[in-house]
Amino acid sequence: MIKDMLKLFIENKKAMLGLIILSMFIIVAVFAPLIAPFEPKQREDAAGEFPLRSEPTSKHLLGTTHAGYDILSRLIYGTRLTLLVGMVTGIITTFVALALGLISGYFKGRVDDVISFVNSIFLVIPSLPLIIVVASYITIKGVLPIILVLSLTGWAWGARVIRSQVLSVSEREFVKVAEVLGENPFIIVFREILPNIISLVMATFFTSTLAAIIGEATLEFIGLGNVSAVTWGTMLYWAQNNAALLYNAWWWFLPPGLFIGLLGTSFALMNFAIDEISNPKIRKR
Amino acid sequence: MRYFLRRTMWLIFAIFVALTINFILPRLMPGDPAMIIINQLDGLQPQAIDSIRAAFGLETDKSIFVQYWDYLVNISQGDLGVSISHYPAKVWDVLAKALPWTIGLMGIATVLSFIFGTMLGIAIAWKRKSKVSDAILGLFLFIRSFPYFWFGLILVYFFAFKNPWFPLGGAHSISVTTADGWAYIKSIIYHGLLPGAVITISSLGYWMLTIRNNMINVLAEDYITVAKAKGLSINRIKNTYAARNAILPSISGFAMAFGFVIGGSLVTEMVFSYPGVGFMLFQAVQQQDYPLLQAIFLFITVGVLISNFIADILIMLLDPRIRDGAK
Amino acid sequence: MAENILEIKHLVAGYETRLGSLLAVDDLSFSLAKGEFIGIAGESGCGKSTLAYAIMSLLEDNGMIFSGEINFKGKNLVGLKKADLKKMRWDQMSMVFQSAMNALNPVLKISDQLVDVMQAHQKGISVKKARQKAAEMLELVDIPVDRLDAYPHQLSGGMKQRVMIAMAMILNPDLIIMDEPTTALDVVVQRNIIKKIEELRIKFDFSVIFITHDLSLLVEISDRLAIMYAGKIIEFGQAQRIYEQPEHPYTKGLMNSFPPLLGDLEEFGGIPGKPPDLLKPPAGCRFYPRCEKRMDICHQKMPDLINTGQERQTACYLYQGGHK
Ligand SMILES: Nc1ncnc2c1ncn2[C@@H]1O[C@H](COP(=O)(O)OP(=O)(O)OP(=O)(O)O)[C@@H](O)[C@H]1O
Ligand SMILES: [Mg+2]
Repeated sequence: MIKDMLKLFIENKKAMLGLIILSMFIIVAVFAPLIAPFEPKQREDAAGEFPLRSEPTSKHLLGTTHAGYDILSRLIYGTRLTLLVGMVTGIITTFVALALGLISGYFKGRVDDVISFVNSIFLVIPSLPLIIVVASYITIKGVLPIILVLSLTGWAWGARVIRSQVLSVSEREFVKVAEVLGENPFIIVFREILPNIISLVMATFFTSTLAAIIGEATLEFIGLGNVSAVTWGTMLYWAQNNAALLYNAWWWFLPPGLFIGLLGTSFALMNFAIDEISNPKIRKR
Repeated sequence: MRYFLRRTMWLIFAIFVALTINFILPRLMPGDPAMIIINQLDGLQPQAIDSIRAAFGLETDKSIFVQYWDYLVNISQGDLGVSISHYPAKVWDVLAKALPWTIGLMGIATVLSFIFGTMLGIAIAWKRKSKVSDAILGLFLFIRSFPYFWFGLILVYFFAFKNPWFPLGGAHSISVTTADGWAYIKSIIYHGLLPGAVITISSLGYWMLTIRNNMINVLAEDYITVAKAKGLSINRIKNTYAARNAILPSISGFAMAFGFVIGGSLVTEMVFSYPGVGFMLFQAVQQQDYPLLQAIFLFITVGVLISNFIADILIMLLDPRIRDGAK
Repeated sequence: MAENILEIKHLVAGYETRLGSLLAVDDLSFSLAKGEFIGIAGESGCGKSTLAYAIMSLLEDNGMIFSGEINFKGKNLVGLKKADLKKMRWDQMSMVFQSAMNALNPVLKISDQLVDVMQAHQKGISVKKARQKAAEMLELVDIPVDRLDAYPHQLSGGMKQRVMIAMAMILNPDLIIMDEPTTALDVVVQRNIIKKIEELRIKFDFSVIFITHDLSLLVEISDRLAIMYAGKIIEFGQAQRIYEQPEHPYTKGLMNSFPPLLGDLEEFGGIPGKPPDLLKPPAGCRFYPRCEKRMDICHQKMPDLINTGQERQTACYLYQGGHK
């Protein structure tokens, strides 16, 4: 089941493209010190201080910021934190959604009522304004609060769809058989149900990571992140606050956004591929 | 009718929950940081300080229940406290100036993107084997992966800065006022085009993808085959048999999407310095105008809840199964 | 015998899949006389629905007719122009689909779904007239006329299936294909619907191709019977004769294990083993791997469907000079 899934996934062109883009970003993140010409917070080298607001030159391929940082190096190093926050948030969100979806869908009854109820509320409360309000109350600015806030507000949709899938899988024969045989419910959940919703879990992970990457960039752009951290979102924040646009400094605000979009696209592609693979209606007669 | 009652109850309840969250959030903050914030904002008028103290629940002389009651009473009277950044203006007055802009811009842009997105989604699902459909799908999958604000920045850069075809920001040029009548309206439309385009195009992909997937599911249904076998016209099959069934679940999917779209639109306002709620939210964050911040959150939430309610009612009108409570 | 209304010759139809062409109907020929009732039986997945869709020219996407002829009232439907097909279909030949639950558009009233067929085929007919006809049809299938403006979800499963039958008959076609019209219903309802179909057929004199798993049902109502296995007809003849004296080992297997009236489809047929993968059918007789009476010759070449008696055909070497 899971193997078939992976095979189809690898064979799918869209998934492959997404996977390639993602791997490239991962490679850039891991080998940032080798690839980047300078340190992200370096303002001078043997030849002296870096110029401020420099245009692209052979030394600074994407110019420098108002503070004299090399933009290309920041872009490369920024991959690390951006990717980390996005993926970690994606993982936490998926995990919460999965746990709640499984509990609610399999055990039903009271727990389900409570979870479903909270879920519907989280579904209708617009997340970005909530995130902004929460983030502005948190006085410690940093990566961790961003991850927490994004996960706190991001799980609802995933939990909802996982729950309904679990509900339908648990009506299936093999689950009923296991129940009649008196199998431990946790074993049923992990061995019988989980493998059957794996594509949905993957889809949840891809969508929530995509949402997290965009959410992270947005928060940082507004200035609600740690503005001294090096991420694509904070790069855009500094660019905007120093009127990069009006200085015609496209090399400052264009690349970080492009990278955010590319990274997002890679997850969108994989998500789309999963949809295509797991929707029997598209494949069936 | 039971459905209608249920949805109405839910609307009321959800608004109540939103009010409560709004009340609790600042109170979750430990007392000291709140004091620090107040102290940071020195030079405040006493009335503003009261407003903040109330917002943070620092009125230690009152029990939390009394505070909650006061809060509900105040809100029901339209009293949201005093704005800090616009002192001594009342929060409600400040907000009231921004609301029409946002409702106008976002409302029109969202409706447009829903209509276009739905039409496109139906079209590309209908011709899902064609290369053009694939290209459109790919394009919007790509666009959807960018934050709205960046997309906004790019449009401003190319179409307002490099080529000064559109204004850089604002809702109308400063030289015109309501007294100018038609010129004023023209200026508003002119200024709204670019931010409107950003919101429309960015959110379009979302609707399109949803409707496309629903449509593909519906097209595999037996009743579509029956419709073809019956010899109905293409238009009847496409619209009355396929699209109508495909649109239903996407209206109910509105809940999540709408909150999402609103979020993006708010940030778009920031990029365009568009004097709506989003831009005001941005300013409130920067100037730590907590009473205003809270009021904005409340308004957006209530707005989304009401839109959801409207969507629920729309579904009721379009889907006989829901009308009968059969689904 | 009356003239043939439908003649199928060497029809090959199926689906293009990632793993190659799947021939769900493989070199199949038979004919249907005017007013005749032919039953087609076979295990799940043997290609019954594919055959029905092929006759209706409804195979789409990856489904297609690879070769062969479908002569309906003297005209070959394979390769017929779309416009001609559209005109002819439902007017002269219609179909009741496998699951009535999904065959009705959930957001349209029954009346609208009956009226739109009439409007599509009888240009300029007034809505009033069409509704009148729709009401008459409902009456024919014993649905109270006040249900005319009901939505599908307001009807029971049996009623929905009756609506589908009414819909199939509304233009007074010469042939109705019924693909398991009663499978999802309980026995009593099944019986009623079968009786109704019988009654209507006698009254309106249309031909029927009736597809089902349920052999016992078929024997009662069919004039002739075709037993399908893995895309091929393996036995064909008068229903009563086949019932009394099945020839092919597969048919015998089916007869011995009359399906439980309410049973699970998968348990159908007391024949051990599974039908073959249609992507890679076994060489020789397709039933060979499961056959109790298999012989050496059986896995070399698929036996032809040949006459073994009066109006009786079987595709098995046992009846072609083979030895036990
Ligand atoms: N779109 C498709 N693509 C590929 N294979 C298909 C498709 N539709 C059906 N098949 C295969 O074709 C074969 C015949 O299917 P068909 O629906 O005709 O069977 P059937 O006899 O009607 O079965 P049932 O009694 O369950 O309705 C099956 O093996 C099925 O798996
Ligand atoms: Mg079938």
